[in-house]
Amino acid sequence: MASLLRSLFLLLIVQSFLVAIAFGSNEVEEFSEALLLKPLPDRKVLAHFHFENRAPPSNSHGLHHHLFPKAISQLVQKFRVKEMELSFTQGRWNHEHWGGFDPLSSMNAKPVGVELWAVFDVPQSQVDTSWKNLTHALSGLFCASINFLESSTSYAAPTWGFGPNSNKLRYGSLPREAVCTENLTPWLKLLPCRDKDGISALMNRPSVYRGFYHSQRLHLSTVESGQEGLGSGIMLEQTLTVVLQPDTTSVESNMQPSWSLSSLFGRKVVGRCVLAKSSNVYLQLEGLLGHGSKNVDTEIEAHGLWKNADFELSLKPERVLRESSSFLFIFDIDKSSDSEPFDLGLTWNLPSKWSCQQAPLHASRFLMGSGNERGAIAILLKATESQEKLSGRDLTNGQCTIKANIFQIFPWYIKVYYHTLQIFVDQQQKTDSEVLKKINVSPSTDKVSSGMMEMMLELPCEVKSVAISIEYDKGFLHIDEYPPDANQGFDIPSALISFPNHHASLDFQEELNKSPLLSSFKEKSLVRSYTEVLLVPLTTPDFSMPYNVITITCTIFALYFGSLLNVLRRRIGEEERFLKSQGKKTGGLKQLLSRITAKIRGRPIEEQSSSESPAAQSSVLSSKLIFKIILVAGAAAAWQYFSTDK
Amino acid sequence: MATVNRDNVEEVKTDDGSPKIKPRPIVRLGIFLIAHSPIFSVVFSAAGVLALLLLPLLAKNTYISENALMPGSARSMLSNQDVSDGSKLVNDIKNCRLNHEGQGVEVQKLIGKYMSDMGAEVSYQKFHPEGNQFHPLHFFSGPDSYTLLENVSCASYGVNVAGIIRAPRGDGKESIVLVTPYDFINGGDYESLSLGIVSSLFSLLSRVTWLSKDIIWLVADSRYGDYRPVAAWLNEYHSPSFKVSELLKCDELNTADNFRRAGTMAAALVLKVDGRSERFEDTLSIYAEASNGQMPNLDLINVVNYLAVHRQGFYVKVEKVVSLLSSSWLKIFGEIFEAVGKLAHTLNPDWNFGIPAADYLEGSATLASSLYSQALGIPTGPHGAFRDYQVDAITLKVSPRFPPDSKTRQHDFFLRGARLLEGTIRSVNNLLEKFHQSFFLYMLTSPSKFISVGVYMIAFALLVAPLPMVAASLYIDGCKALTNSTHNSAGNFKSWKWLDAAKQVFALHLLGFIVTLLPYFICQVPGQHSPRNRSIMWGTTSSSLLLITFVTIPGCSLFSSRPHGTNWAVLKSVTIAAAFIGLCLMSIINFATAEIGALLLVPTCLMAQPIKPALRSRRVKSLLGAFCSLVLVTIGFPVIFFAISKGLLGEGLGGLSLGGEFWIWLESLWAWKSATYLYIGMVHLPCWLLCLCILFHPS
Repeated sequence: MASLLRSLFLLLIVQSFLVAIAFGSNEVEEFSEALLLKPLPDRKVLAHFHFENRAPPSNSHGLHHHLFPKAISQLVQKFRVKEMELSFTQGRWNHEHWGGFDPLSSMNAKPVGVELWAVFDVPQSQVDTSWKNLTHALSGLFCASINFLESSTSYAAPTWGFGPNSNKLRYGSLPREAVCTENLTPWLKLLPCRDKDGISALMNRPSVYRGFYHSQRLHLSTVESGQEGLGSGIMLEQTLTVVLQPDTTSVESNMQPSWSLSSLFGRKVVGRCVLAKSSNVYLQLEGLLGHGSKNVDTEIEAHGLWKNADFELSLKPERVLRESSSFLFIFDIDKSSDSEPFDLGLTWNLPSKWSCQQAPLHASRFLMGSGNERGAIAILLKATESQEKLSGRDLTNGQCTIKANIFQIFPWYIKVYYHTLQIFVDQQQKTDSEVLKKINVSPSTDKVSSGMMEMMLELPCEVKSVAISIEYDKGFLHIDEYPPDANQGFDIPSALISFPNHHASLDFQEELNKSPLLSSFKEKSLVRSYTEVLLVPLTTPDFSMPYNVITITCTIFALYFGSLLNVLRRRIGEEERFLKSQGKKTGGLKQLLSRITAKIRGRPIEEQSSSESPAAQSSVLSSKLIFKIILVAGAAAAWQYFSTDK
Repeated sequence: MATVNRDNVEEVKTDDGSPKIKPRPIVRLGIFLIAHSPIFSVVFSAAGVLALLLLPLLAKNTYISENALMPGSARSMLSNQDVSDGSKLVNDIKNCRLNHEGQGVEVQKLIGKYMSDMGAEVSYQKFHPEGNQFHPLHFFSGPDSYTLLENVSCASYGVNVAGIIRAPRGDGKESIVLVTPYDFINGGDYESLSLGIVSSLFSLLSRVTWLSKDIIWLVADSRYGDYRPVAAWLNEYHSPSFKVSELLKCDELNTADNFRRAGTMAAALVLKVDGRSERFEDTLSIYAEASNGQMPNLDLINVVNYLAVHRQGFYVKVEKVVSLLSSSWLKIFGEIFEAVGKLAHTLNPDWNFGIPAADYLEGSATLASSLYSQALGIPTGPHGAFRDYQVDAITLKVSPRFPPDSKTRQHDFFLRGARLLEGTIRSVNNLLEKFHQSFFLYMLTSPSKFISVGVYMIAFALLVAPLPMVAASLYIDGCKALTNSTHNSAGNFKSWKWLDAAKQVFALHLLGFIVTLLPYFICQVPGQHSPRNRSIMWGTTSSSLLLITFVTIPGCSLFSSRPHGTNWAVLKSVTIAAAFIGLCLMSIINFATAEIGALLLVPTCLMAQPIKPALRSRRVKSLLGAFCSLVLVTIGFPVIFFAISKGLLGEGLGGLSLGGEFWIWLESLWAWKSATYLYIGMVHLPCWLLCLCILFHPS
């Protein structure tokens, strides 16, 4: 009995140990959802959905997950992805009005179209293969043409100009990818509650896509457990950032529009996603500092924070957090129910005006030159009126400097002359050594790889404007390399300007609970901004007239081969001898014609003997014909062989 | 194949019995044409002129080629609120100009404030009125980067205002430009109406969600002409110099680092409102000709024409030569064509090529104007500046039928004008690709009728076809004559006969090239000179150069009686060959210039004959020929032709000031970088001189 008990006990212990191993020590999979709302100075509202899904490190081979999407974990296992970010964006982020120096904008202001970067945990030689496989997998997963990034002409391997320093990083972007609901649906499928319940239920497609800016992002990173024999955990972060224009009814133009969740999205939140560990709604109000500083001191007046003369919230916040330049109201949607849905509203009572924090330099990019000839790409950096650039100042050698990294990919048909790089600081031309601290250039190879330029500028703090121009030549594409809408022009993907000494973070004064959204805001993130996509018109053949091309080519070929054959096979001397021996022999029609001409010319008709036997003629004709056909076929084969290079 | 070959080498017995191989049919045809070149040259030239006269008959109706444009398919969203915003701006500008009597940049600031209130990004740009400097080597080199002068005076400069509406969901790769030239100092009441129209439209566009391209509204400061501010703005847009500019320091308005851009331009519309319409309806004139006869894509004109006629009820017209409308000879042609058309219609009801004589007259007057403006190579409006950057652009000139102070009519006028622009912008906004579908090479005979390149090239081809034929036949004649005269030695160098003549032709072309470059050096001569003095300078230097040429190059002596090596027939043959090459080259660069040039040069070259033998022979036929060639050579002289065309266009001639006027005209040609100038200097003038040589040839 005792032995039985003991064995039972042992079994239990072993079992619990196994279970513990299977779930990776004590951690379990966690999912949390959050929504951040933020009124913008230009009368728009930003809504930022944030979903975080964590799978703890485990070594079970079954790879069974409770909440974590299996598709993603398989992706990570298969391609050994260390870190990856995929974003789908429509519209442009307005850096002037929507901010450029907060974690929200530095992480979620993405270039138009699709952007993908990934760091792999494989040997250097396999990185490209992994990348190619990954693009195909993602392409299928998200119903997008990400597989076009497979081609070596469309991606690059930045070393230090793009955020993470790694030689196993690959970066590519597709500026022309149209983003729509077919990309959102697979993205939502990765969430445990999809869009059926919780905060994601707000994602009414028409209202989401009616916005001025729309960016869905998927960021995953593996977390090393640190323990031997234990795999790595995965953290999946899914965000959707939309900028919406509330319907305005007020006549006053300087009044901020009032809105509620239901007026913005046409839906209400009826409850949390039951699988979520936390589900919160945050409201960030910027620029109310003057008002806040006199009121926030006491608890009683904290109440006045959400219901005051300026504005009114429809619900009482759970907590109010104070940041250096903004307030964060936290709401819990746990209390909402079917009968009493969560419908946060903001009503403005007084006109209010504020401005967002700006990145130290505002970047814009444009093309110079015209026509199908040479041109230049210019990047213009202009100082903004923000004091933040002082916070990131780098006081090396007693000089205040701003560092700016510029990372740019050039497609191969934009043949950049790197030696023509010119830098103007405050309208004075500078030599490279004066401002350029580091530069890394990998030139493009025709039809093989794209060009890439990374450079680090070190600028004085009081700089007003910086202009960088670099000349390029336009290449010629092969006829089958043109896209269907070739006459639109070709895109140069956005350049990325980042400020390595400037980090954006929200610095909350109170210690707060472990909300994933807030902790991600608290982390210092690199300040970065993407420039516009450029459209380069290339020389384009006239596709609408293939008929002309075919006719002209055929005519030229006919003329060429005709005269070539003539020259090759004609022997004048032989012909003359032949003619002499044969005398004049022509067909009936010819005879008639010669008779008529003779009559016109008034000469006697020349006698003509009858033609030779048709059988002999036809045999000669057929052998010659066969020879000719063989010759033409040979020439055609040779042409085909030499025209298709490689 | 074997039989065919035997056909080709069909032999003909010659006198001595040896078989002679007969040439191929194409060669025989060539020989036949060359042998009968006088008849054929007359026939072809006449056919060429006739084909030119027939062009209005052959014009096709325009059609919208690009399906994506879909003009007029969307309902206009323009509201009365937008229009009253526009009216308010016009009133405010009026008041502002009353308060600030023609000084400062108050009006610009006012417009900028309106723009930014509508949610646009505003930028101001200063420019210097003088930019065009003639440099002979800068032809065809694309738009100048107007090099900033070192000592810019702050006394005269203009300020442009530009507002940009960003497309809410667009990617900002493309943009559409609206331009309203406005003279901020002394612009009339009518001019400010264009601001009102575009302001109404702008107020609408700042609200709409369908934009996929950014919209730029440029208010160009037209106190120094319409063209220059737009060109300066485009230059800043496309090729800014990042160096510090003196002009920026001039004023209280700081425009440094303020310039804003919005992607590649898809199309541009220039709107102008001027004087009262003479017709019952509001009139819309379309101007499309840019530098060197370049035209915007026909679809752009089609869209505007379609919307103006079928949606907004404007009377649309394109420019025409008014004096041709009353010309009797053209009327006679029209009536003949009408009669022929009617006759053809009775023969076969399917033949409907006849048009009424009045339509023919209108069509030819429009065609003549189209041909003239293209040949001149000077843009007919500010849209020409856009064409230099491969942007399709047209100028719309609207003439309202009401006096400018009529408030009630103004509202309706704004509504219709803005709706027209809205529809056009909406169509261009629909475009996925840049304009490429429709024609770029065409001439208009009415706003809705055009002649494409395939048709109008026929006239030119017929006109120049005699040149190679006559050249060949003359060469053969000349060779024969030479072999006869110098029988002993010529046999060895038979194929080099043309070399002497070619030397002479080359020398005169070189002279033409130098004469073309001369004005640049004359402009460098210090001191102020009147155009007349300059033209005299030019004339004297050119003629002295000509004399030097004649003295140094023995073959060229014009008046020496000593007979020398070059036969006039060979000389004429090489001349004609050179003229042919020049005309064909020019037809590629600017068709209209080549066409008009061919009309002048072809008869002159063909008729040119030494007059001495004609005078000696005293036969009526040869005397008539000599007289004709003299008249043609006289007309062919550029200055005289300039005077004649001035007279034809109904402008007065100030006898003595002709030289000065001609100089001014030439100056304008090179200032606009018109290839016509090069054509006159490097093709027409040498050929004319050579014809003169032939005329006075001592044979």
